[in-house]
Amino acid sequence: MRRRRRRRLTGATSKGPAWVPWLFLLPAALIFLVFKFIPMAEGIRLSLFEVRPFLGDIYVGFENYATILQDEKFLTASWHTIVLAGGQTIGAMVIGFLLALLLEGHTKSLWFVRSAVFLPVVAATAVIGEIWRLFFYPAPEGFLNELISWVGLGPWEYIHDTDTSLVSVMFVGIWKHAPYDMVLILAGLAGIDRQQYEAAAIDGASTWQRIRSVTLPALRPVITILLTLAAIRGLRVFTEVYVLTGGGPAGSTDVWMTRVYTTAFEQSEAGLASAGSVLLFLVTLVLTVSVQWYRRRREAR
Amino acid sequence: MSINSSRFDSAIGWSTRPDAWTSKGIRFVLSALAVILFCGPLLVIFSGAFEHNPDPTKLSIIPTNPSLLNFQVATENKIWHYLMNSLVIAGGALLLQLSVSVFAAYALARKKFRGQAVALLVILATMMLPEEVIAIPLSLVIGDLPLVHVSLKGTLLGVILPLGAWGFSIFVMTEFMKEIPAELEEAAKVDGAGELRLFAQIILPLCKPALGVIAVFGFNMIWEQYLLPLIVAADPSDYTLTVALLALRSDDMVGTGIVLAGALLALVPSLVVYLSLQKSFLRGITTGAIKG
Repeated sequence: MRRRRRRRLTGATSKGPAWVPWLFLLPAALIFLVFKFIPMAEGIRLSLFEVRPFLGDIYVGFENYATILQDEKFLTASWHTIVLAGGQTIGAMVIGFLLALLLEGHTKSLWFVRSAVFLPVVAATAVIGEIWRLFFYPAPEGFLNELISWVGLGPWEYIHDTDTSLVSVMFVGIWKHAPYDMVLILAGLAGIDRQQYEAAAIDGASTWQRIRSVTLPALRPVITILLTLAAIRGLRVFTEVYVLTGGGPAGSTDVWMTRVYTTAFEQSEAGLASAGSVLLFLVTLVLTVSVQWYRRRREAR
Repeated sequence: MSINSSRFDSAIGWSTRPDAWTSKGIRFVLSALAVILFCGPLLVIFSGAFEHNPDPTKLSIIPTNPSLLNFQVATENKIWHYLMNSLVIAGGALLLQLSVSVFAAYALARKKFRGQAVALLVILATMMLPEEVIAIPLSLVIGDLPLVHVSLKGTLLGVILPLGAWGFSIFVMTEFMKEIPAELEEAAKVDGAGELRLFAQIILPLCKPALGVIAVFGFNMIWEQYLLPLIVAADPSDYTLTVALLALRSDDMVGTGIVLAGALLALVPSLVVYLSLQKSFLRGITTGAIKG
């Protein structure tokens, strides 16, 4: 008697009408369906059409994809995207790592500094874009130019010069994302067994050797996650480029998403733009899946 | 400082001995530099917004000639209207996102049902679908909703609804709800509590800490939105504050001061949310990234 009652109790969570869980899932399902999956399907469909509002769409097969892959501007934009994503990812990681090494610890003051350094992450990208635009004022009396003139550099024109614009945008991205990487690396540092440091010290390792042979290997999982997150974030970068330069000057900072945006909303080529979106999606998907696969395989070994 | 602290507390081996002045000094100077480098630019927004007619070539941390002129001129440029748009979107979308996440997580964490694995997989799939990738077809869907054929173009609802469900917050909430012991639920059921009472009076109150985490992340995600409000807007008066900044700047009649005043208003809400909930935010980043 008691046994039966007990079994009924432990199974309690799964009892009740079968539709109850689905009722709780309904709001999320509805929103995802209408605003994620239908647009996705619609995007794939549109990418196969020449979209002509009011005139009816014409099926063109993979012509849009062929057009994009031969388009000079899209090719330049994809090169910029790769350079920007790569530079921001590595830059933010290195600065984040240095910040984490500097700010690792338990004292109250360090906690305050960490919170302060993190502010760029929470500030909206549009706001950050506005302030850096002012710093990048191209004249010799511009803010950054004044600063770098102290060490005998400049003046530069930053985002106003085709030679320096992409690097300037990259710099702002690194500035915004490095503190985020710092927090994750700090979490990774906290998980390292302190005895390993002591053992390294007994073996006579210097600080640099300790970091290279103990800290960095221990951080490998965190670094993998950060690389994936940042690379995907980098591939679909839009706001900071749009706000800082709008893709200019002369297309020198045009990235994949600004190109897609221009194609869709300024040239009204929804079919072409959709093909561009689908290509971007495929690249991010391949990247995510291959990194996951690589991680699984490593862990399995 | 604990008695056990040694120089092996940190990777770099920062000395914790009270007499290690050089080590402490170097660390202090470098930390101060880091704070200046990462906070300074944001402080410039504060001072510039209150500067009487700021010059982009003469930026400083403290306004030399403080006035509220920028905000007065910004008022003429409908800055409060844009701020209102932003706040309504943030409030509405956040409320929706929190409820949707809590509901979905309740089903995923506290129930066993057929198709559960599929439901989880679908939510995971939404996280792999970058918002930017669907922006163009989304703008068409918003202009003509499937089945009901209503247009949300130019409405705040057009921004709010797509932000109403977010895979990340559902996942964080689900992970948290799984930790609630089943005994609590069983006891309530023995007492005759129905499904809704169980949800509202037992599970929900226990989720407060997790609600804090997903609220601050959700707010951050919503406030960061740029492309979505841009494509939903039918004309500039629909812009959110962050999107309006660019429109203001492109207007030759508008000075740097007004843009900075707008930037300040767009900055303050994120600062308030972050500073009041920073502990859960910084902790949430690590759990979120490693689980996601």
